[in-house]
Amino acid sequence: MNEQNEQGMSEIVKMVCRIIEGFIFLFGLYIVMFGHLTPGGGFAGGVILAGVFVLILLSFGKERLNNVISDKAGSFLESFGALVFILGAAAGMLIMNSFFANYTNRLIGSMPFRFLSSGNILIYNIAIGIKVMAELFVVIYFLSVTHILLKKRREK
Amino acid sequence: METFIGVMIFFMIIGALVALEARDLLSSIISIATVGFLLTISFLYLRAPDISIVQGVVDILTLVILIRATISRDVHFFEDEREFFPFAAIIVMIALFFVFLFETVKFLPAFGTNLSKVATYYLGQGLKAAGAPNIVSAVILDFRGYDTLGEAMVLFTAILGATVVLRLTPKKGKKKDEAKK
Repeated sequence: MNEQNEQGMSEIVKMVCRIIEGFIFLFGLYIVMFGHLTPGGGFAGGVILAGVFVLILLSFGKERLNNVISDKAGSFLESFGALVFILGAAAGMLIMNSFFANYTNRLIGSMPFRFLSSGNILIYNIAIGIKVMAELFVVIYFLSVTHILLKKRREK
Repeated sequence: METFIGVMIFFMIIGALVALEARDLLSSIISIATVGFLLTISFLYLRAPDISIVQGVVDILTLVILIRATISRDVHFFEDEREFFPFAAIIVMIALFFVFLFETVKFLPAFGTNLSKVATYYLGQGLKAAGAPNIVSAVILDFRGYDTLGEAMVLFTAILGATVVLRLTPKKGKKKDEAKK
């Protein structure tokens, strides 16, 4: 981001962004949640969710992005997603004596082609989706915002 | 279908060459993005919609980031004439590559041949064993969970390193040392 674009782009871009950002976020959520039924999954959906934050950052500037999500929240969500993924896999060791065992499938029982049909895959998909979203948001935030803040600090 | 994918690969090679030879950064980024989109279409024709979605989305995101990073820099390469020997070496290497490629392709199994025994098991028993209708999802998160775990940890470590290098607030201990001095 250079200096003149710090406040975002023109009013047209902002209006279009306001309309479509919710739909893109919903589409990303759909890709994450239905990864075990339709093409998609945690990684693809997480990248789409991160794309919403990139859209907000580019069209509105960093002020509105900080209202939506802060970099500390991004770091927290990243660690949270990774932790849920590992703990969900490790819980299989307690329940079924093997890492990455699909235990919820056995506990709940499943009908094929239903939303809750695949047990642990849904949990892993959601965890990876949160993790990838937060990771890409954090790296884009740091790459585009940090040097502006550092320059301001040096000028002071 | 093979001819279609061959045409796609031909255009992808052209796009990559244009990206290498373009005079300014923006046009080379755009031609790299073209390569990505052609790859997305190729994955769709290979009936791999999962990886196609991932490729398309990551391509768009990297395109946005790269344009954002380069558009204000306005870097132009200097025009200078090619030297003869490096250029000749490149041509010879490309010719050798294609000679060995065609020699090797003769011994490869035909396109789409079912060689992997374990893939047959996944396709037959995947729905019953994992419960997920999307077999790709069942393979990467159930049968081959360790792969996904390793991949996720690689990404996690990379972002961790990036945030440590690019952080805004300095370490707490360092500030005290400077104050003491």
